[in-house]
Amino acid sequence: MSEPDPQNMPASAYDMSHAEERDERRTLAIMVDNEPGVLARVVGLFAARGYNIESLTVAEVDETRHRSRITIVTSGTPHTLEQIEAQLLRLIPVGKVTDITNSKRGVERELALFKVSGSGEKRVEALRIAEIFRARVIDTTNASFIFELTGASDKIDQFRELMRPLGLVELSRTGVLSIKRGAEKG
Amino acid sequence: MTGVIEKEEKAEAMTGADIVIRALKEQGVDTIFGYPGGAVLPIYDAIYQSGAGDIRHILVRHEQGAGHAAEGYARSTGKCGVALVTSGPGATNMVTPIADAMMDSIPMVVLTGQVPSHLIGTDAFQECDTVGITRCCAKHNYLVLDTDDLARTIHEAFYVATSGRPGPVVIDIPKDIQFAKGLYQTRQSVHLPTYRPQTEPNLTKIEAAVRLMKAAKRPVFYTGGGVINSGDAASTALRKLQALTGFPVTSTLMGLGAFPATHKDWLGMLGMHGSYEANNAMHDCDLMICVGARFDDRVTGRIDAFSPGSKKIHIDIDPSSINKTVRVDLPIIADCAKALNALIETWQKDNSAPPSLVAWQQEIALWRGRKCFTYQEDKQLIKPQYAIERLYELTKSRNTYITTEVGQHQMWAAQHYHFDEPNRWMTSGGLGTMGYGLPAAIGVQVAHPDALVIDIAGEASVQMVMQEMSTAVQHDLPIKIFILNNEWMGMVRQWQQLLHGERYSHSYSDALPDFVKLAEAYGGMGLLCNHPGDLDAQIEAMIAYNGPVIFDCRVTKDENCLPMIPSGAAHNQMILGEIVGDEIDEKGKALV
Ligand SMILES: Cc1ncc(C[n+]2csc(CCOP(=O)(O)OP(=O)(O)O)c2C)c(N)n1
Ligand SMILES: [Mg+2]
Repeated sequence: MSEPDPQNMPASAYDMSHAEERDERRTLAIMVDNEPGVLARVVGLFAARGYNIESLTVAEVDETRHRSRITIVTSGTPHTLEQIEAQLLRLIPVGKVTDITNSKRGVERELALFKVSGSGEKRVEALRIAEIFRARVIDTTNASFIFELTGASDKIDQFRELMRPLGLVELSRTGVLSIKRGAEKG
Repeated sequence: MTGVIEKEEKAEAMTGADIVIRALKEQGVDTIFGYPGGAVLPIYDAIYQSGAGDIRHILVRHEQGAGHAAEGYARSTGKCGVALVTSGPGATNMVTPIADAMMDSIPMVVLTGQVPSHLIGTDAFQECDTVGITRCCAKHNYLVLDTDDLARTIHEAFYVATSGRPGPVVIDIPKDIQFAKGLYQTRQSVHLPTYRPQTEPNLTKIEAAVRLMKAAKRPVFYTGGGVINSGDAASTALRKLQALTGFPVTSTLMGLGAFPATHKDWLGMLGMHGSYEANNAMHDCDLMICVGARFDDRVTGRIDAFSPGSKKIHIDIDPSSINKTVRVDLPIIADCAKALNALIETWQKDNSAPPSLVAWQQEIALWRGRKCFTYQEDKQLIKPQYAIERLYELTKSRNTYITTEVGQHQMWAAQHYHFDEPNRWMTSGGLGTMGYGLPAAIGVQVAHPDALVIDIAGEASVQMVMQEMSTAVQHDLPIKIFILNNEWMGMVRQWQQLLHGERYSHSYSDALPDFVKLAEAYGGMGLLCNHPGDLDAQIEAMIAYNGPVIFDCRVTKDENCLPMIPSGAAHNQMILGEIVGDEIDEKGKALV
């Protein structure tokens, strides 16, 4: 929190109903001790306090110190987002919460696997679009492809829309991963 | 850390159950409140073998009683309460006290037995997912799956429960872990790299706070349970800072006693059933200094009309309390005692003279003049307020501790019993748990054997935990249960009168037991009083009796607890006199 000079500030605004505040989307990187149940604590907190989870990924990132990184995409008013961070930090195994929203501060990526089945023109068209998106073919049969695609979430959404009329059978995606730009640690 | 383990490795391995006892002793535990069962028998065996002298075990009659007793013990001593219960139903019966301790920030460690680890997940006999159930209502919890981790886990639990914003911590211990042998680790083994409560205040902010305080014309201290939790040092510092500044002081229900109620600048409790002067001072102040309180809805009333013209300083050890419901201008994250002492130092260094408070004090005197707690006296019937007043007068010079149940009697106790010291008042504030007071009184009496411990009760609440009377008798705990018997769930009746057109749906306390006979059946003494003229003598008889007493004080049945800020109203819209029925608008009715 930056420190405005309280002497020169207007008296507080007290209505916390935030009718005028708009929802914002945030990507949070949550560093946790990788102990049993830690994910349940984090998810349970979101459920209990009525916060949104748009996507969630988790894996251990530091094997020696048993630290996991949870990436959560959430949305809420600035006031709610401030509370989410403070409430997360109340959890004993949570060490650090960083806001790495896809912007100047951070980059976000998702990995998705698409199964597309079809023949003839549609099959050719699917392959052509995949090339444009730089999706890799990781499995193929006479009647189907599996494409692997990495990118920001909207790129994956876009690819999905294009594949739909071409025989999209199934889609599996990781949810958002993020990391801060620049030389420093997040 | 490794040093500790190496040293201990030379030591003999001991059973998990023995590790539990040794760790509790190392933590300075002298009392456990508990109830046995299959999944904790090894620990009970270790208690048996370690001899009664070391750790006193208080056997309760229902696990909820163990939890509230541990809370009462903790609240009255500033130490950590400890409870021990079995798996399954033992653990689920503990959920209410755990949630209660969480809401009121009471340090408590709860040890629960669990089915053997190889049976976890099989719906074994008396299995329940204790860590799952308590995850959201405890500050932290553990399931121990290796006996070597047991001692460290217990030490961590005590550290987490008592540091930062205190709270309950649950340790679930499968039965095989209690039998297995493992290595003991001392409290130096605690390793919690991700948990570092901030206790030292930021000095720039302290200076900014003093600047605001030196400029304030209508300041008020709004203090809460955090001042009590922070220990005697915080109450002492609050008194000192108040003496320096002359600012008036109000407090939440949980904070009563941190500032002496007999002080001329004491405004009384604030909030829904708080005093007219406290609520008006909060509404009209130009500077609010919130110390260890959390802007609870029972305190703020209508949030968009809450203290509209003030700047707000908020001192709290929990960063998530800042800006949660009310936006503040100057947050100071710190332990209350440390922040208050820093404020004292900075205030003293700055020799500028603050503006006069005379006009503000005069305004407050006018509000005080309304005498908002006045009630219609009665010569024939005992008014509940009168009963509390007499109880106060006849016990105030003694070493007295008060607990309460939940309802009108609780609010009358807060209004008419006055506390000059911290840790003398034990009540369920956040969760509002009927059935808290009797077991809490047991916990207080265990910690203070020579004190006068009184549970100010309602006839409905006390029946939720009546069985604990037997605990009091067994352990020679001479608690006094002072029932304001109005034959109604009075607070429910009051809300039905106010909000639901006097349709008193299921709020009458029908088929009441004969409390005097009940007391005698348990082996205590029963007293009945139904005339104001007899009240003093009966209270004296209660005090004089060396044993548990149930005092059935028959009070007027339809008394309302006033003043009151109705739901959805602002601090300056209190009901002072009689309830008419149109005080609450439709929006307010939807609130609790
Ligand atoms: C465990 C629990 N259940 C229900 C309530 C709701 N409740 C609040 S006050 C009250 C009535 C209390 O009656 P009594 O103990 O006689 O106290 P009085 O208000 O009459 O003084 C009830 C039912 C509660 N607070 N706790
Ligand atoms: Mg009653």
